[in-house]
Amino acid sequence: MTAFDFHDMIVALPEVKLAAMSLALLLLAVVSKKENYRLVAWLAVAVLAVTGALVACGTHGTAFGDMFVSDAFSTYMKLVVVTGSAASLIMATRYLEHEKASRIEYPVLILFATLGMMLMISANSLISLYMGLELQSLPLYVLAAIRRDSVRSTEAGLKYFVLGALSSGLFLYGASLVYGFTGSVDFTQMAGILQGHASTLPGIVTGMVLVLAALAFKISAVPFHMWAPDVYEGAPTPVTAFFAIAPKVAAIALLTRVLTGPFWGMMQEWQQVIVVISMASMLLGGVAAVAQTNIKRLLAYSSIGHMGYALVGLAAASAAGVQAVIVYMTIYAVMSAGAFAVVLMMKKDGRMVEDISDLAGLGKAQPLLAFAMSVLMFSMAGIPPLAGFFGKLFVFQAAVAEGLYTLALVGVLTSVVAAFYYIRIVKVMYFDEPKKAGFDATEDRGLKFVLALSTFAVMFFIVMPAPVLASAHAAALALIP
Amino acid sequence: MIEAIFFYLFSAILVLSALMVITAKNPVHAVLFLILAFFNAAALFVMLGAEFIAMTLVIVYVGAVAVLFLFVVMMLDINFAALRKGMKKHLPVGGAVGLLLLGELLWIYKSWTPSMFAEQSAASPMPEGVTNTHALGQVLYTQYLYPFETAGLILLVAMIGAITLTLRRRGDVRRQNVSDQVARNPKDVIKVVKVASGAGVEL
Repeated sequence: MTAFDFHDMIVALPEVKLAAMSLALLLLAVVSKKENYRLVAWLAVAVLAVTGALVACGTHGTAFGDMFVSDAFSTYMKLVVVTGSAASLIMATRYLEHEKASRIEYPVLILFATLGMMLMISANSLISLYMGLELQSLPLYVLAAIRRDSVRSTEAGLKYFVLGALSSGLFLYGASLVYGFTGSVDFTQMAGILQGHASTLPGIVTGMVLVLAALAFKISAVPFHMWAPDVYEGAPTPVTAFFAIAPKVAAIALLTRVLTGPFWGMMQEWQQVIVVISMASMLLGGVAAVAQTNIKRLLAYSSIGHMGYALVGLAAASAAGVQAVIVYMTIYAVMSAGAFAVVLMMKKDGRMVEDISDLAGLGKAQPLLAFAMSVLMFSMAGIPPLAGFFGKLFVFQAAVAEGLYTLALVGVLTSVVAAFYYIRIVKVMYFDEPKKAGFDATEDRGLKFVLALSTFAVMFFIVMPAPVLASAHAAALALIP
Repeated sequence: MIEAIFFYLFSAILVLSALMVITAKNPVHAVLFLILAFFNAAALFVMLGAEFIAMTLVIVYVGAVAVLFLFVVMMLDINFAALRKGMKKHLPVGGAVGLLLLGELLWIYKSWTPSMFAEQSAASPMPEGVTNTHALGQVLYTQYLYPFETAGLILLVAMIGAITLTLRRRGDVRRQNVSDQVARNPKDVIKVVKVASGAGVEL
């Protein structure tokens, strides 16, 4: 029996503080007489900034009887997640006010979801993993349905909830099998037990596959992707932006920790699964997106494809591979934030539009916006010298170094297919005849700020890649020494 | 011997009522059979010596979840016949997947051996001489404080979510305002008047 230990609190300080501040913010939001959405939203951004600072100068170690771990990997991934959440909050504020969907619960739910993601990233036992996963998922279901008067939004929420519950069930079933065969829920102990002979038992393999399936659902990798396009399209756009950034990063981080930690001894078994999932995601992300006309659906398929590329690095099962995954997810988060900032600016005559054809003529009407979008699209397509190219380069390098030639080849081929639809957007912006050119000029400085920052980061990653690469390297070494 | 008899008794009722849950025509009957199934499962847990889980099963599932189901079934007009319409069409595929899963589970079951590390690595070995409710209490707020608190946060989020998605503020209803009622002072609203006989009262 372990009694309460003050050291635990210090290791988990960012999480404890975030939980306390979220509760305080909720209280403030509830007791204040008038619904002051803007104040709550900006306070939430401030809370995330404080959390980020605490994460950056946090202590490494394990806490709560080894259920919680803080290391270089968790620090890095948490910083990406917290930044992504803050960016999506900044992007959401004006939009929600304009659409009359600015509810004070919105920032509070984002904070709780972020807390859940941080717990996921730091999970070091099956129990804390599941708790983090649920704390992250529950606010997301509510956020998807937050425009409860809109049929599409409620449908998205319901669909996400039902399929999310299914994946939770799969996870619990897999986890109970794994626990039954190893006799432990602790990742460190499980790693030791699975290192030896036990890994060949079919029960453990089945359990591991079920756990993998549940986590693949969270990152919407094929064949667990069906919900993503509908949910992305139906949910309010700022919520979609949030879905595309933070939870994906957190889920990939969790997947990486689970596979390189407790299941490291079963590398032979999970590598095959990851290779298949990764190939299928890249193929579907490349092919299915071609026929899309709605930009949110297109970005959903694009994110499915991106998850496939990230998994290429994971399939390599090496320190270089994990580093590539981390770098890829960082760049992906930055690019998605920028792309969704553009989508949030798509407003004509005071109404939001989301068809790709609405972008026509943007090149002449708003050259700066069109330029930023082109940079982001070229980067997503993986065209040098933009950041997206390096993300892909690193994952393919890692795969080739481990002899996964087929996987790397499929990756390269599908990115050629994917380049078609990214560049089609650029073509529509510059060469198509518009029905009515240009969008309403946006007054939203937060949106402009996020877009500018993300475009600059994507363009000038080549000049100074060292900080990202070095921290990603340190983070990868924390998992695979 | 007696144990075996009771085990088979409870198991048989459990399986039969579970079958009835999915085959009963009347949804209210289905929920009632579900409650019966929960009770029998609880009895099986008692026989295993896990009386805490047995009690929570009765309290949570019978007391809350099943009653909630009953409310939903009786209050919402759901056409269960329509819900079941696709049954014939989807049975072959669904049945095949089900059988496949069953086969896999049997295959796993065949290979099952308790881990040789189970004894020493069990997360919380059962201490001697205490009931299992007591044993759970000993670890729940100490060793498992972290997941316990997280569970609290999850429930809070569920509550916020339910309120966010359902609460509507209507302007056209008059609500009881308790603080206004409590703050009412008799001095302001009651006047005691001596009424002289035969004379009227002027207010």
